Amino acid sequence: MYVAVKGGEKAIRNAHRLLAEVRRGDLGVPELSVAQIKEQMSLAVDRVMTEGSLYDRDLAALAIKQARGDLVEAIFLLRAFRTTLARFAISTPIDTSKMKAQRRISATYKDLPGGQVLGPTFDYTHRLLDFALMAEGEVPEVEKMDASDVAMPRVTDMLDHEGLIEREIVDDEAPIADLTREPLDFPAERNLRLQNLARGDEGFLLAMGYSTQRGYGNSHPFAGEIRMGEVEIEIVPEELGFAISIGDIFVTECEMVNQFKGSATEAPKFTRGYGLAFGEAERKAMAMALVDRAMRARELGEEIKAPAQDEEFVLYHSDNVEASGFVQHLKLPHYVDFQGDLEMVRNLRAEQKQTELKMAGE
Amino acid sequence: MNGKTAFDQPLTGFESPVHDAQRVFHGVMEAMSHPGKIVVLSDLPEAPEPLNRASAAICLSLVDFETPLWADAAVAASSQAMNHLKFHCGCPVTSAPKEARTALVSDASMLTSFDRFNIGSDERPDLSTTVIIQVARLSNEGGVQLSGPGIKTVNGLSVEGIGASFWDALKANAQLFPRGVDLILTSDDAIACLPRTTQVEV
Amino acid sequence: MTHNTSSDVTSIAPEAAQIAARQSWMALLARSQLQRLENAWADLDGKPEYAVLRAPETGMVMVRARAGGNGGQFNMGEMTVTRCAVRTQQGHLGHSYITGRDKRHAMLAAVFDALMQEPTHRKHIEARLLTPICEDLAQARNNVASKVAATRVDFFTLVRGND
Repeated sequence: MYVAVKGGEKAIRNAHRLLAEVRRGDLGVPELSVAQIKEQMSLAVDRVMTEGSLYDRDLAALAIKQARGDLVEAIFLLRAFRTTLARFAISTPIDTSKMKAQRRISATYKDLPGGQVLGPTFDYTHRLLDFALMAEGEVPEVEKMDASDVAMPRVTDMLDHEGLIEREIVDDEAPIADLTREPLDFPAERNLRLQNLARGDEGFLLAMGYSTQRGYGNSHPFAGEIRMGEVEIEIVPEELGFAISIGDIFVTECEMVNQFKGSATEAPKFTRGYGLAFGEAERKAMAMALVDRAMRARELGEEIKAPAQDEEFVLYHSDNVEASGFVQHLKLPHYVDFQGDLEMVRNLRAEQKQTELKMAGE
Repeated sequence: MNGKTAFDQPLTGFESPVHDAQRVFHGVMEAMSHPGKIVVLSDLPEAPEPLNRASAAICLSLVDFETPLWADAAVAASSQAMNHLKFHCGCPVTSAPKEARTALVSDASMLTSFDRFNIGSDERPDLSTTVIIQVARLSNEGGVQLSGPGIKTVNGLSVEGIGASFWDALKANAQLFPRGVDLILTSDDAIACLPRTTQVEV
Repeated sequence: MTHNTSSDVTSIAPEAAQIAARQSWMALLARSQLQRLENAWADLDGKPEYAVLRAPETGMVMVRARAGGNGGQFNMGEMTVTRCAVRTQQGHLGHSYITGRDKRHAMLAAVFDALMQEPTHRKHIEARLLTPICEDLAQARNNVASKVAATRVDFFTLVRGND
């Protein structure tokens, strides 16, 4: 029997008020401003923008404040907000080779044109808690050096000159899937997979990428190049009919270079995996590149036996808004379903008892 | 600067793009769910010739840069109408009716069949063209008898300014269900819809 | 998405040089600090009148990227964008598309785009607005680049015994 349950409005209202109070915390501690989150929690902001799939630093910072620092909740808030906005245009493809790089490293070549530029990295820090940050301290003076423009060619282009790496296929007439308009469909083309990975959960992709390194997917990756910095955004509005540059966004790009032993038809060479994320998101971009490469198994004629190579498994489970929704829906009232299950288990047990008694009697 | 004179510049669109577009959308929804019912869309902005106010407002509400628009010769010849639509909708304009998600027909007398538009597929009937047709007058007095989903018994609809074979073309369109085009007839600020589910008795 | 676009109905094809000039000032106006635009507007003698053709509105642009940086296209994610369009009394249309959600910025950028098409205003705006924006951008770029340059690795190889 279905029983409509009403009530709880008052409890819900009071719970939301309590949430607001708990969010604010101790009134003796100054309130955090959205600007402070934007400036000082910038990597959290970047993650929320990337997985929320909307580049807007202020909105991401607001979402983090509202979500009490729960980034998955903040990502959900940003995704919900984006559904209220109309789409004006699709940009022309960003050109990351023209990036104004603030970090650029390669694990494959030491002396590469443009050099290894570390930027503001956690690498080489000792991972010791810095108690000086407990006090409001001064920021050390930053060194400056002459910054005459240095060209930074892509590492993969250098391998390309030797013909040792597969070429990316450019087909600008090919249809480009859009997850925000059409649901997932299989087999998924690489463009659909990349869009899914770009908004995918960092933790999930990190674990999947890690699994490929540990032998589940047989990959031998090198970080060919990681770069982060600003790229220009250009659109062609229909009413103008020519391209205009509307601003710059900060992105992180990772190109993984993987060994490929060759097949019956293909000579041994290097293959590629690609990662791209909004803001500074090196771990995410690297993990994405590993998983992108693993999911190219079908196209490269590799045997599919590891979870990271299984596109249905990866693409269906990468989205943390979907995942969190489905896991958390278990909190919602299932009173009636559970009553049904309870009844069934009681009946089954009763039947079993009957059978046992009968057996004992015989 | 870019060759546009005041004469071919777009006119002002909705005063409040979000709310006005929602209002027009509601009107179209009302008309589409009660085929043949004449719905008057109020407070519409001026429209550039040869568009009437309802046609222009419906385009501003429904058409965007992801829905290609096809316009008949009379509309396409008006640079002001085309600039108006490109500016407010940001839509690509196509010369192939089958590629269009929305079509604008300002001269309904030339319309003899709907074959030239996209009728969708059995898997994706929603991809068919929505055809906006400008007519001289709409009235619920006399005319053809409409029946089908959204109509309690029958609805009368009389339309002035259409060709002789219009109703035959509409009957053929209804045969295609679930494929087929949906029509929005417009006259000044009044509209009536004829979705593919509607049966016509002349 | 590809479509056969019907031949452009506007009469004269805009000249490439004019378009290039407009592209470069639109790119600058989009990247300006709001205060620069406000100051330049305050400085303008006899405020030119304009009609708002499209009130500033915020929406999104889908950012496209390429696999491997130069391969097949894919949809990376969206960004907030605000646009506006105005018409000056002289009949020039000004457009703006800027990143983010600042409606005042979009409005002023559209107004200056229109005024730049009017010879009476162009020189003044170039000197008082566009040049300062250029300088701001160059300075900001140089500031970041010089700090980043200090983190460039200088490898040195230890001298081996046999050499």
